[in-house]
Amino acid sequence: MAALGLFLLIVILSLLAPLYAHDVAHVNPFTPNVNGTTIIHGKRVPVIQQGGGTLRLGETPIGPTWDLHHYFLGADNLGRDVAALLLYGGRASLQIGIASAVICSVVATLVALIAGFFGGLVDTLLSRLMDIIWAFPVYLLAISISTELLTHTSGFSVGPLRISPTSLWTPTIIIAFIYVPYVYRPARGQVLSVRNKDFVDAAIAQGAGNFRLIFSDILPNVISTVIVLLPLMIATTILTESALSFLSIGVQPPNASWGTIISDGQQLLYTRPWVSLAPGIMIVLTVLALNVLGDGVRDALDPRAKLRVEK
Amino acid sequence: MLTFIVRRSLWTVLVMFVITVLVFIIFFKTPGVDPARAIAGRNSSPQILAEIRAQFGLNRPLPIQYGLMMKRLFVSRDLVSYSNQGQLVVPEIFAAAPATLSLVIGAAIIWVVVSIAMGVAAAVLRGSLLDPLLMIIALIGVSTPVFWLGQMANLVSQGGLHNTVLFSWVPPLGYTPLTANPLRWFEGLVLPWITLSILYIGFYARVLRASLLEVQNEDYVRTARAKGLTERRVLMRHTLRNSMITFVSLFGLDFGALVGGGAILTEVVFGIHGVGFLTYQALTNLDLPTIMATVVYGAFFIVLANALVDVGYAWLDPRVRPT
Repeated sequence: MAALGLFLLIVILSLLAPLYAHDVAHVNPFTPNVNGTTIIHGKRVPVIQQGGGTLRLGETPIGPTWDLHHYFLGADNLGRDVAALLLYGGRASLQIGIASAVICSVVATLVALIAGFFGGLVDTLLSRLMDIIWAFPVYLLAISISTELLTHTSGFSVGPLRISPTSLWTPTIIIAFIYVPYVYRPARGQVLSVRNKDFVDAAIAQGAGNFRLIFSDILPNVISTVIVLLPLMIATTILTESALSFLSIGVQPPNASWGTIISDGQQLLYTRPWVSLAPGIMIVLTVLALNVLGDGVRDALDPRAKLRVEK
Repeated sequence: MLTFIVRRSLWTVLVMFVITVLVFIIFFKTPGVDPARAIAGRNSSPQILAEIRAQFGLNRPLPIQYGLMMKRLFVSRDLVSYSNQGQLVVPEIFAAAPATLSLVIGAAIIWVVVSIAMGVAAAVLRGSLLDPLLMIIALIGVSTPVFWLGQMANLVSQGGLHNTVLFSWVPPLGYTPLTANPLRWFEGLVLPWITLSILYIGFYARVLRASLLEVQNEDYVRTARAKGLTERRVLMRHTLRNSMITFVSLFGLDFGALVGGGAILTEVVFGIHGVGFLTYQALTNLDLPTIMATVVYGAFFIVLANALVDVGYAWLDPRVRPT
């Protein structure tokens, strides 16, 4: 419960990002503010200070002021408010993490329903396809797809869909795609076991069509398997998003996510560590909460796992 | 057993083939992307574009394009990086491999030793306070992004505390080959090893604990106890031994994945010029030939590692051999 609370708290804080940026900090976190000023202890100071840091050379953004109204966590290289950026970044990270985990689960469940229900050649082909995506190393697959899409600056289109490379949907879809086999395997197993149950035979005897069998008889019994996995999937997708963004192939500017802020903070690591520190702590807290939640949900909903734990 | 090996080998070859086809489609056939322009990188002159079109046979039939790509990757190995002054890509990957191997092997030793210790301790001390404590630590390890952990390690060891006794031994970021200076090689890799191993320590400790508790009530363990064996002997010779089957197969997969490019994040934060770092540099330049080569070689390594693990698993545990 504490884990769920923590996760919801982070979600709510992230959703409040525009409110914080506009009404508390009075900044626009996405436009550079190199020549801006702010107020510390009642004195007006520039956001980017000349000759800061250990060597007294170059420019250093101001550090944390711990004042919610004025650059609470300091500024980054472009003079942007890190605290506001952190909340907006959280929104992007959570949106990508949740959306890709959900899309991935839905696609995997549909494929598993088709494979498990029809069996035979369909099952063999789909399962082999999943095995191959599974065998393709996750990061390498994501890297290949991302770079190829990023080289095409005017966006790409699949059928009627048109997606710009800077859109948050690009990393979402890539991440959703690479994890499909991870959900497919347990889902297909569940479909296979449900399919042979008596109540399915009963439905067939009543003259139920394939569509009704799949969606009103089998699907409800498979969905819990997928939902149990969901918190753990979101934890995984959030970590993947942050890693891809850190490698500059996830979220693209002007958008920001926790991963891109950590990547920007790399240059400021020794002078302004909070730029990296804050988003990292947010990722750890979010993913930890989701992992604890996932363990809890699994123990509660999967009787076999519970038996194993209580033994 | 022989039929199993033959079948597994055929499957491995098929997977490798499909992976190269996938890479081919991703890099040459993405709808709306001109592959010549993408391969040439940011500074593409018309001559270079024409040269690339000829070299990769971009106006010839698909199977020939695919064949040319494979030939340049594996036979003639003359794929050049256009963003990097015509550097030959494949030899560059082989030159970077020792750094990656040094990093991954060292981290693997740490994570195997520590995770077995943690997993066994948690399982044996079940019911005491230490078990949940160890598992929370393991969960935090699993939840921490490795690149951020590396940054924090750098912050502590290279930043403010660098001049204290604690961290003055840490050399500047980068990789020193073992043959050049063994002591420096070791000093430079200690923190990357620890950073990379934390995630796996957490994961393996959790898996091992669960597996130890699961087999604890099996009949053969009860038999071992009934024979009057000491608890330590039951643990070492029976429960732990059985749990090691899962452990070893997971280890094979993760080790393969790390050597094949999974160590990219750690290499980037610590400036270790291995295969992952090479991929990262290629990513920042959008240098497609290098990315293509690292992906294909990395994927091959991983697929091969998976095959070896499966064969090893079947050899250890006859139950998984298909009949």
